[in-house]
Amino acid sequence: MSTAIELRGVEKTFGITSVIRNVNLTVAHGERHALIGPNGAGKSTLFNLISGYMKPSVGSILLRDQVISGLPPFQINRRGLSRSFQVTNVFAKMSVWENLRCAVLWATGHRYAFWKNVDNLPEVRDRTAQILQDINLVSRRDVPAGLLTYAEQRALEIGITVAGGADVILLDEPTAGMSHAETERAVALIRRLTEGRTLLIVEHDMSVVFGLADRISVLVYGQIIASGTPEEIRGNPKVKEAYLGEEVV
Amino acid sequence: MSDATATIAPPRPAASDRMKFYGIWIAAALLLLVLPKLFSSGGSLTTFSLIGISIIFSLSYNILLGQTGMLSFGHAVYYGLGGFLAIHAINIVARNKFAIPLPVIPLVGGAAGLIFAMLLGWVSTRRSGTAFAMISLGVAELMASSALILRTFFGGEAGVSANRTKVLRLFDWSFGPQIQIYYLVAAWTLIAVIAMYALTRTPLGRMCNAVRDNPERVQFVGYDPHIIRYIAFCFSGLFAGIAGALAAINFEIANSAYLGAVQSGTVLFATYIGGVGFFIGPIVGAIFVTLLSLGLSDLTQVWQLYFGLIFIAVVMFAPGGITGLLMMHRPLLKGGTLSRVLPSYLVAFLPTLAMITGLMLMIETTVHFTVNPNEDSHIKAFGIPFDAANPAIWAVAAVLLIGGFLLARKTWARVAASWDDALTAAREKGVAA
Amino acid sequence: MLELIVISTLNGVLYGMLLFLMASGLTVIFSMLGVLNFAHASFYMLGAFFGFQISRWFGFWPALIVAPLLAGALGAAVERYGLRHVHKNGHVAELLFTFGLAFAIEEIVQIIWGKNPVDFRVPPLLDFPAFTLFSTNYPAFKIFMLAVSIVIFVGLLVVLKRTRIGLIVQAALTHPHMVGHLGHNVGRIFMLVFGVGTALAAVAGVIAGPALVTQSNMAGLLGPILFVVVVVGGLGSLPGAFIASLLIGLIQTFAVSMDGSLAGAFGPLGPDYATTWLSDIWNVTVAQIAPIMPYLLLVLILIFRPMGLLGTRDT
Repeated sequence: MSTAIELRGVEKTFGITSVIRNVNLTVAHGERHALIGPNGAGKSTLFNLISGYMKPSVGSILLRDQVISGLPPFQINRRGLSRSFQVTNVFAKMSVWENLRCAVLWATGHRYAFWKNVDNLPEVRDRTAQILQDINLVSRRDVPAGLLTYAEQRALEIGITVAGGADVILLDEPTAGMSHAETERAVALIRRLTEGRTLLIVEHDMSVVFGLADRISVLVYGQIIASGTPEEIRGNPKVKEAYLGEEVV
Repeated sequence: MSDATATIAPPRPAASDRMKFYGIWIAAALLLLVLPKLFSSGGSLTTFSLIGISIIFSLSYNILLGQTGMLSFGHAVYYGLGGFLAIHAINIVARNKFAIPLPVIPLVGGAAGLIFAMLLGWVSTRRSGTAFAMISLGVAELMASSALILRTFFGGEAGVSANRTKVLRLFDWSFGPQIQIYYLVAAWTLIAVIAMYALTRTPLGRMCNAVRDNPERVQFVGYDPHIIRYIAFCFSGLFAGIAGALAAINFEIANSAYLGAVQSGTVLFATYIGGVGFFIGPIVGAIFVTLLSLGLSDLTQVWQLYFGLIFIAVVMFAPGGITGLLMMHRPLLKGGTLSRVLPSYLVAFLPTLAMITGLMLMIETTVHFTVNPNEDSHIKAFGIPFDAANPAIWAVAAVLLIGGFLLARKTWARVAASWDDALTAAREKGVAA
Repeated sequence: MLELIVISTLNGVLYGMLLFLMASGLTVIFSMLGVLNFAHASFYMLGAFFGFQISRWFGFWPALIVAPLLAGALGAAVERYGLRHVHKNGHVAELLFTFGLAFAIEEIVQIIWGKNPVDFRVPPLLDFPAFTLFSTNYPAFKIFMLAVSIVIFVGLLVVLKRTRIGLIVQAALTHPHMVGHLGHNVGRIFMLVFGVGTALAAVAGVIAGPALVTQSNMAGLLGPILFVVVVVGGLGSLPGAFIASLLIGLIQTFAVSMDGSLAGAFGPLGPDYATTWLSDIWNVTVAQIAPIMPYLLLVLILIFRPMGLLGTRDT
């Protein structure tokens, strides 16, 4: 199996504080990989580094064996890596339909076109409609994103992330703040939408993590202390001591 | 297109909607055509020409402010350069007897605006928000000051003039009479408005809105916000240049005031007062501000102060501008609950009017004593004569201002309450906000 | 030549310190309230005109104290009853509000004091040459201006380093997003910061008024340069604003005193240009382009350091 994402000795320091310390991580192509760890372990920072939002202080990040560290976010996105945000980050004044369509435009090759009518692009319409149906927001199509309920915004967030067709997806706490029923629906959605793609997910809900992930990495104080299958992680004494505690079966 | 798309995607506009859409444009064209027949005086033709120019300029400004979220304090640079290049073009064409008629001269202005926007825009659009605003101001000051230094090209204080009748004639139109200039401006206004509307319906136009709403997220759907801002900036410069060229043709002169801070401020005022949230907003604003500045300057000496106060009032109380204010009523109109708020408007209207009258009375009497202290105190403002030296007038002004303010505050609170009721009722009837 | 350098350096530092009196308030207000106060230079102008009026009635020394207090109170009122109201409509609305305010203040000043310069004189106590350097008499009032700006500069440093408010301001400078978590008296702090910031600008107005020209266009002339200072220094950076103030003060002062031109430097080489409109560029003197120097610097900074000299923020 080829690797989708590879981190080699990545470090990130802010001033004198190091937030990420010598992280090596490999995510295989088609794998669902969960990143877990206590609050403040540096999970979101790691996402910011991979997606180009921040540049690593040391080390390199590779996407399908090509170095992407140092590239701006939009170039990394064009190479097929897309991420969601922990705090909902949508185009608040635009409708759900427009939000998804914006996420489709670059991938369908329309780029900065100012000579085409955006409503007359069949493949854009098809793909946007498909995603809209996938995230179950058909009935909310024309509502401004800022007026959606929290769970709907989270679904839209995932929709925008996958709409461009990237085959490596990073989801940052997609179910945070959701009720039990909403979480179940969200997990089913994620499972469906990431079928055949590579997924790296940060998640606090252990039932989600162990239900969804093929492999799990544990990040504590900016370091990966363990990486393996759910069974290996469950049985790892270091992980138990540092993070999982006794409540996990 | 798949069958699923047909049920999920927004429906294609029905034939009747399309008729309505094109009908509006055709009606606008017809209106422009017959307007001179209705108001045929030279003064009104000039006013219409100025409004047309202002519409193009304001819409071009709104590509930045309303569509892409860029606040520029220096948009007149591209307007002014368009004007100067157009004047020089007319002179060159006339001198060399080139076979170029006047109606294509605005293209020269547009090209000038575009080229300078391409040159200056790359560095200024690197930053957004407040930094962009300050940079646009700095670049504008740079260009305005340079215009005074490069006297040969910009003609110093006097400016550069041209004779528009000296270029090649088409169909025996000399473009001497104002009516012919009116039709030239009207045609270009229609073309520019259609082009700028079409621009909002393109992938670029949609991504401009996305950059306005959330430039950070745009980067994670594959777009470089800098490039989007840059292209929007270039289009904005293009249309501003066309507007400037038309102004230069209208006045047959271009001077450094064209690219100065006042011109930049005026287009910002017009656009914002009209409303940046809707395509039609800047058109409304251009009409309103042009008429207001022409009308107010006849009525009072200090019309610019009123202008500034109106702008501040719009920023504070109606951030959506005139169009935003009107569009707010659409859900109520659809829900049939508009009649619930109208009485409270009537109640609020009187004290507000009293407050404004008091303020104006106070301003005008102050103006009398500071600006013209030696003249007769029986002055006339807004066509109404009164004695500025009469203490009773001051008392009236104070009572109107303070009493009006206190009452208005209460009544507007009531407007807000009845507004909420009406909107809730409209929503219950299933009208989306 | 040495004389020119010494005098220009003195004048440049003086002008730079005046700029910093204003830029410091502007920067602190921007960091805490998130809004760049477009009307900041208008408060400088109000300071000068208030100073002029009060010194006519009561003399210069009361004016030096009272005019900034008045302008500061006005500034605080603007924050409390204007900006705070506009805040919910976002930063663009706030900036536009201050823009409209700057416009209105200029009109009002014109209505009250007219369009022509007013006769704001140096107080007799300071109306003598402080020292003679080579052949130039250096006026005592300029030394006084320099002293006032330095005293305020030091005072600001002490306030920033030693007081609770100062700590809050410092925190706001480095972590602007944390300002919202200051607690329930955040409104009063904002009002205070805005009031003090505008009062500082007014101090600059009172002391600059007699030395420069007190006229209703002085805000319009100085405002853009002030914004160049904060952008060049890096938005929200106080040390950056300080460096940029001095830099622009020195550049402009030196440029004004030089009358070299391309034609002067390469005179015999360029007769071909003399007839075209390029002759303007060829013949213009450095002194003539002094007014556009700050803006040229701005463009250069944007090309090579888009964030400004010491800036870190992109908003």
